[in-house]
Amino acid sequence: MPDSATLEAVNIDQDAGNFSYPEDYQHDAGVGLSEATIDYISDVKGEADWIREFRKKALKIFEGKPMPTNWATKDLENIVFENIRYYLSKGQTPTRSWDEVPDDVKQTFERLGIPEKERKFLSGVEAQFDSEAAYSNVKEELSKEGVIFVNSTEGLREHPELFRKWFGKVIPTGDNKFSALNSAVFSGGSFIYVPPGVKVKHPLQAYFRINAENFGQFERTLIIVDEGAEVTYMEGCTAPKFETSTLHSAVVELVAMKDAKIQYITVQNWSANVFNLVTKRGMAHENAEIRWIDCNIGSRLTMKYPGVIMKGRKARGEVISIALANDGQHQDTGAKMIHAADETTSNIVAKSISVGKGRSTYRGQVHIPKHLKGCKNNTECDALLINSSSRTDTYPAITVRGNQHATQHEASVSQVSEDQIFYMKQRGLTEAAAMSLSVNGFVNDLVREFPMEYSVELKRLIDMEMEDSVG
Amino acid sequence: MSQSLKIENLHASVEGTEILKGLSLEIPKGEVHAIMGPNGSGKSTLSKVMAGHEDYEVTEGAVFMDGENLLDLEIDERSRAGFFLAFQYPHEIPGVSNANFLRAALQARLPKGEEIDAVAFYKDMYEKMDSLSMDRKFTGRSVNDGFSGGEKKRNEILQMMMLEPKYAVLDETDSGLDIDALKIVAEGVNRMRSPERGFLVITHYQRLLDYIVPDVVHVMSDGRIVKTGGKDLALELEAKGYDWITDELVATA
Repeated sequence: MPDSATLEAVNIDQDAGNFSYPEDYQHDAGVGLSEATIDYISDVKGEADWIREFRKKALKIFEGKPMPTNWATKDLENIVFENIRYYLSKGQTPTRSWDEVPDDVKQTFERLGIPEKERKFLSGVEAQFDSEAAYSNVKEELSKEGVIFVNSTEGLREHPELFRKWFGKVIPTGDNKFSALNSAVFSGGSFIYVPPGVKVKHPLQAYFRINAENFGQFERTLIIVDEGAEVTYMEGCTAPKFETSTLHSAVVELVAMKDAKIQYITVQNWSANVFNLVTKRGMAHENAEIRWIDCNIGSRLTMKYPGVIMKGRKARGEVISIALANDGQHQDTGAKMIHAADETTSNIVAKSISVGKGRSTYRGQVHIPKHLKGCKNNTECDALLINSSSRTDTYPAITVRGNQHATQHEASVSQVSEDQIFYMKQRGLTEAAAMSLSVNGFVNDLVREFPMEYSVELKRLIDMEMEDSVG
Repeated sequence: MSQSLKIENLHASVEGTEILKGLSLEIPKGEVHAIMGPNGSGKSTLSKVMAGHEDYEVTEGAVFMDGENLLDLEIDERSRAGFFLAFQYPHEIPGVSNANFLRAALQARLPKGEEIDAVAFYKDMYEKMDSLSMDRKFTGRSVNDGFSGGEKKRNEILQMMMLEPKYAVLDETDSGLDIDALKIVAEGVNRMRSPERGFLVITHYQRLLDYIVPDVVHVMSDGRIVKTGGKDLALELEAKGYDWITDELVATA
C-alpha cells in the first residue's frame, strides 16, 4: 500500500472518471459519416486543402476495407458507424491558462486531478475534451529550448513543414480500417517536437476525455524527437459510463532520430461501453530507443498492438504491456516488432489478467528478415486467470529468417486458485483485497518500470477493478 | 460470555459425505489442547470448517469463539475476529512479498483511513523473524514461493506472531519438519502461550507434544472426539498405537 501522502499527492478518486456535464457544443458534425462530415470538420478547423484531400482519400480507404473479423472478434460488427457523432467542440481554442478554460471543462479536468499533477511533476500538459484540446501548455524553459508541444490542429497550422514530413509515414492511412477512419476524421491529439540534444526531464502529459454520448474520439498524435534528444510522454484516458457505445480510435506515430529516446506511457481507464481501437507505432533510427508502456484497463473491447520499426543499426524497441479484462470486457493487445537493420534489439513483456468472463488475447508479431545480422528479440507473455470462466489466448507470430539472430520466447498461464484466495482471506483480507494483492503481485515487476506517480495510479485502478468484480 | 473456543455437536460434509459427525470440545482461553488421531479421522477437515472453507457444508452444530458463533462470519471476518489457522500446506502467492502480505493483513484490521506505522511494523517483524531464525531476506521474497517445507511452516508461525490471534489452530505444523526446525517452531508457539490465548494443536505424532506440552489431549476418530485426557494420553497413544483406542471403542459399544 502506498502511504496516504503519496495517494494524496496524486489525488486519485476511485470513481473519478464516472461523471459527465450537460452537452453544450458550438460545433457538431451531426450523426453519421460522409464527405460532408469531412468538409464540416475541415471548415471548422480552417484546414489547408491538402489535409482535406488527405481526409477524403482516407474515407474512401475506410469504406473499402472490410472489418477485420476474419481474425478479430465479431463484436466489431456491433459498432454502428452511422450512429456515431464524429466531431464535437465548444469552438474553444486551447488556452495556456486553466483560468481561461470553460468552466465545465475546467471542472472536468480538476476532478481528474490534471492541473494539480501539472504543478507537481509535469513539464507540459494537453487536455482534450471530446474533439478538441481545451488546454495546452508547456513549461517556459522548454519552449525556449525549442520544444513544441501543441495539439495536432495547431501543429498542422503552425508547423506544416515538420508535420507533413512525418505525418502518415510511420502508419500509412491504409494500415488498417481504423487507421483509415482516424485519418479521415482525426481531431486533437498531440504534436511534439524535441530539437537535437534536448533531454526533457519531466514527462509531458496528455489527457483524453470523452464527455458526450454516441461519440467518437479520433485523436492523432505525432511525436518527433530529433538526434540525441529524449522525452517521456504519458497519456491518460477516461469516459463516463454511458449505456450506448462510444468509439475511441487514435493513431499515434513516433519518430526517434539517431540516438534519440522516446518513452510513451499509457494508462487507460475507459468505461465498459468504449470500443478502443488504436494504432500505435514508432520508427527508431540508428541507435535510437522507443519504449511503449501500455496499461489497458476497462473498455468493452480494446485492440491495440504498439509497434516499433527498427530502421537504423542498433535501434531498440520495447513494449511493456499490462491488460486487465474484467467481466464483459475483451482486451486484445500485443506488440509488433519489425527489425529492419542489423544489430537491432526488441523486447516484449506482456501480462494479461482475465477476471470473471473477461477475455484476454495476446497477439505478437516479430519480424527479422534473412539479410540482417545480429538481431535479438525477447518475448514473454504471461496470463493470469481469476476464476475458471475467464479466457485467454496467445497468438505469437515470430518470423525469424537467417541464423545470425537470437530470439527467446516464453509464455505462461497461471491461475489465482480458490485455495490461494482462501489462504489470504484466512489472514483477514477481504476477497477484493486478496484478488488485488494477487493481481498486483502478478504485474509487480512491470509496474516498477513506471514513474512512481503512475504506478500508484495503476495500483489504485487495479484495486478498483477488483472491487467491482466481486460486487 | 464464556472465554473459550467451543465446538458444539459439529457436523460437516464434503460433496454429500459426512466427515465430522457430532464433534464437541471446549478450549478455555489460556489452554493448549491437542487433537490426535489416525489418518482420515477428520482432523484437517475440522480446521478447514472452523476457518470457513467453502468446500465443506456444515449441517449441524456451532463453533463459539468467546460466545460468538464463528460460523455466522465470513472467512476474513473470522480472521479479524481473532481466529488463526496455521495451514498444513501453506499456499504460495507469487509476486507478493512476505512483508507486503503481512502489512496488508495488519492493515485489514485497522479502521478505514488509519495507516500502519511502517517503521514500527518492520521493527516488530524483524524481531519476530530473528526469534524464528528466519533470514531477513524472507521479507522481500514472495509468500511461500519456492520455500522449503520447513520455511513455509516457520512462515506460518511468523504470521501468527504478527497477527496475535485469540485462538490459533495449528494443523499438522510438525509435518515435514526436521528436529531443529520443530524446536524453533515449538519455541515460537510456546512464547505465544498466554492466559489471553487458546491453542488447538492438530497432529498425527506425539513428537510435537514433547515440545508444545498440551494441557488436554483429545483423540479423534471417525469425525468425533472419542477420548479426552491429560498430556500422558499422548504418550500412551504413542506406545500403544491408535488401534488400542478403536478397539476400546468397539469393546464399550
